[in-house]
Amino acid sequence: MAKKAHIETTINGEQVEYLCEPRQSLLEVLRDVLEMTGTKEGCNDGNCGACTVVMDGRIVNSCLVLGVEAEGANIETIEGVATPESLHPLQQSFLQNAALQCGICTPGFILASKALLEREPDPGEERVRHWLAGNLCRCTGYDKIVKAVLEAADVLEVKG
Amino acid sequence: MATTTEVSSSEYNVVGTRPIRHDGTEKVTGRARYSADIQLPGLLHGRVLRSPHAHARILSMDVSKAEALAGVKAVVTSADFAKPSGRVSDLTEGAIHNMGFMANNVMAGDKALYKGHAVAAVAATSPHVAEEALGLIEVQYEVLPPVLTLEVAMKDDAPVLHERLKSLANPGLRPGGLMDDDDTGESTNIANHFVFESGDIEQGFKEADVVVEREFDTASVHQGYIEPHAATAVWNADGNITIWCSSQGQFAMRDQTARLVGVPVSKIKVIPMEIGGGFGGKTIVYLEPVAAALAKKSGQPVKVAMSRSDVFQGTGPTSGTHIRVKMGANKQGKITAVDATLAYESGAFPGSPAIPGSLCMLSAYEVENARVEGYDVVVNKPKAAAYRAPGSPASAFAAESVIDEVAGKLGIDPVEFRMLNGATEGTRRINGVRLPRIGYMELLRAAKDHPHYSAPLEGPNRGRGFATGFWGNGTGPASAVASVNSDGSVSLVEGSPDIGGNRVALAMQFAEVLGIAAEDVKPAIGDTDSVGFTSNTGGSGATFKSGWACYEAAHDIKRQLIERAAKIWEATPEDVSYTDGVLTHNSDPELKLTFRQIAARLNATGGPISGRGNVNPRGQGPATAGCIVDVEVDPDTGKVDILRFTILQDIGKAIHPSYVEGQMQGGAVQGIGWALNEEYVYNDRGEMTNSSFLDYRMPTSLDLPMIDTVMVEVPNPGHPFGMKGVGEVAIVPPMPAIANAIHDAIGIRMTSLPMSPGNILEAIWSQEENGKA
Repeated sequence: MAKKAHIETTINGEQVEYLCEPRQSLLEVLRDVLEMTGTKEGCNDGNCGACTVVMDGRIVNSCLVLGVEAEGANIETIEGVATPESLHPLQQSFLQNAALQCGICTPGFILASKALLEREPDPGEERVRHWLAGNLCRCTGYDKIVKAVLEAADVLEVKG
Repeated sequence: MATTTEVSSSEYNVVGTRPIRHDGTEKVTGRARYSADIQLPGLLHGRVLRSPHAHARILSMDVSKAEALAGVKAVVTSADFAKPSGRVSDLTEGAIHNMGFMANNVMAGDKALYKGHAVAAVAATSPHVAEEALGLIEVQYEVLPPVLTLEVAMKDDAPVLHERLKSLANPGLRPGGLMDDDDTGESTNIANHFVFESGDIEQGFKEADVVVEREFDTASVHQGYIEPHAATAVWNADGNITIWCSSQGQFAMRDQTARLVGVPVSKIKVIPMEIGGGFGGKTIVYLEPVAAALAKKSGQPVKVAMSRSDVFQGTGPTSGTHIRVKMGANKQGKITAVDATLAYESGAFPGSPAIPGSLCMLSAYEVENARVEGYDVVVNKPKAAAYRAPGSPASAFAAESVIDEVAGKLGIDPVEFRMLNGATEGTRRINGVRLPRIGYMELLRAAKDHPHYSAPLEGPNRGRGFATGFWGNGTGPASAVASVNSDGSVSLVEGSPDIGGNRVALAMQFAEVLGIAAEDVKPAIGDTDSVGFTSNTGGSGATFKSGWACYEAAHDIKRQLIERAAKIWEATPEDVSYTDGVLTHNSDPELKLTFRQIAARLNATGGPISGRGNVNPRGQGPATAGCIVDVEVDPDTGKVDILRFTILQDIGKAIHPSYVEGQMQGGAVQGIGWALNEEYVYNDRGEMTNSSFLDYRMPTSLDLPMIDTVMVEVPNPGHPFGMKGVGEVAIVPPMPAIANAIHDAIGIRMTSLPMSPGNILEAIWSQEENGKA
């Protein structure tokens, strides 16, 4: 077995160091090494989006990124979305719109939606549906998720 | 957090409003803990070795090399589990499972019966080491011919999966079983063959002006929950076992695991983690007994998790089916007779939903003359598990397609045709049981009046379809306990895992009784040592039965508060009334105590107050749903686009309307996936060739329009607030509605699912060829 690598990275604005095996994915590192279990595993092969995190400004499936690839990166996970004082408008909107049922896909949807709204503050329904096509939800039929994202966009626009 | 209340003419304060769910913040911040999120000191990781063959005898197994690998702490095989009998006669105490078959499904004995069937498991210091060790286990298989289709399985000379399978003729018994030792019956793959009959179908068909007969096929589909199964167990030296897992019922997990590892239920505590979707698929054990056995052998905590591919190949899909329906109707639009045969694949062990499928098929209608024959057939595929309204979607696909065709031939509007035949209170189902109050006629009227139904639909290859569905709804025992806190809140512990918003709906029913806010109730799902027995969150029953338990617990508290106020006021309980959260002395109305005020004084006036509700309620009432769908078919690619979708459902009374809508939308979209894309694809060796979310295509946000909902509120007399289970029935009508819409669009009657681009194209081409001929 190859030796563990020492990695320095930034997660949610904090400097983080960890040791990981070369074969461990970023998802495994987050969940099993750093015990940040807010990032979820749904398929481990890049097809469900439950493990979505933002890496250097891009949304990625953390199951498809190796832990060693995070060296020097800037990573944002669900644990960094809310402030100690308040939820992010997207999180608030998901609650108000009942946009989650079981909630396992929710962290991934919030990170993906946040990345969208940061790029495009005023996306229409079609754009939201296209952007979120990489995130599977089996409970809601997406209706309330799409509405929650559109409503959060309105809230953010008023705030911004 | 604020309650967003919709304007309502309702007589309720809390029921019918839309409070923020109590577990919401944890779930949008990633703090909610699901089955795989458990971390413990010294935790080992378990993985399961699965059969590469669909049908094989296990001749020998050598685990020594795996055990010798550094980091491996335990290896288990079927020898490490209890051996409950598989005989039919062993089914006692209302058990709905055959524990012998369940044990065999969790870990194969002398035969592997499907590709993906567990044959051994390893616990090691890391998941990667465990996976490496699986590759070192040597299994000698004698590969047998796989039985993959109903047609083959039902032949007299078919290879049999179980040499001693008993063939039942019992529509009341799902699980099936093995023959007694002295039974000399023939070997078969037909686990159950039953008939429901009413009236005289020969006479009925004689009276028909139109008769349509068609055969339908549906493929296996998976529940598709996003959270893979995972279970963590600790087995202490004193024999006490703790299991953390996500399931639809912590008590089912406890009771099943106890039988499979051979300990009394009191030795096991199951701690329910949040559940990342179940849809029926998390009602039986897969990994819990395995984690326990590995924990016992290693002496350490063990977490066993499935990969997505394991989930597809090792856990329950729903049955593939073959269904024939013959229906006759007269010119007046009255159904005169139905003759149907339904065969359901049960997978490797008996127990498909052929019975509920057969029972539900005609239950929304008054049909005097009917014969419905059902078969439960074992094949070399994963054991079918419950999936949202089990059995009903396939039978509705067949029957509702035929109804559309019959109505079309008679020139009667499809909604009106259903109104002419629709069931009402007192209509007999085919098993002779009379229906209680149902809202089917109200639902049909709502469909007819809906703007979608009469909206113009223009353009080539576009069509509109309508269909309905029926589901019986379930109930069962449930328990709740609640303690009043000194700040005027109540901690409520209930027994139903929250699969999609039922926790808030239970807290709301509780709050309604006490006249307090939903936010003043703190609901939690108890572990098996903290609350009384509660049956699975399934059968659309959780909000109904646990709602009853919470209702009773709240009344228990109310009664004690009245007694306490009487004591404080030196009065009798009869002198005290309780309305909207305020206690009042009847003859001295100046004397008042709010819930909050008396809550602060409990300890000083006699001690704490807690309430309990232990129920097994009847009166859940069946559910019906209907949908209107517009499609566009691309004749070049065969792709079907959903242009507009409206789902209507008879819901009794919405406790939390947002989550009722959510159930309707989610069910409808699972139905859309089932209709258009989802299927288990097998090669001729019985290997599933699409066991990933890339190749098993569930609907994405891009595949769908908004899903409009119409909640038809016909109060259920069997519940104090008039609610009924809403979780399942919405999945039933989309398949036939979409098939009917496709027929409307291109004139082709699709009779097999999925109606995927390839299958649509094939149908178009074959029609063109026939046209030429």
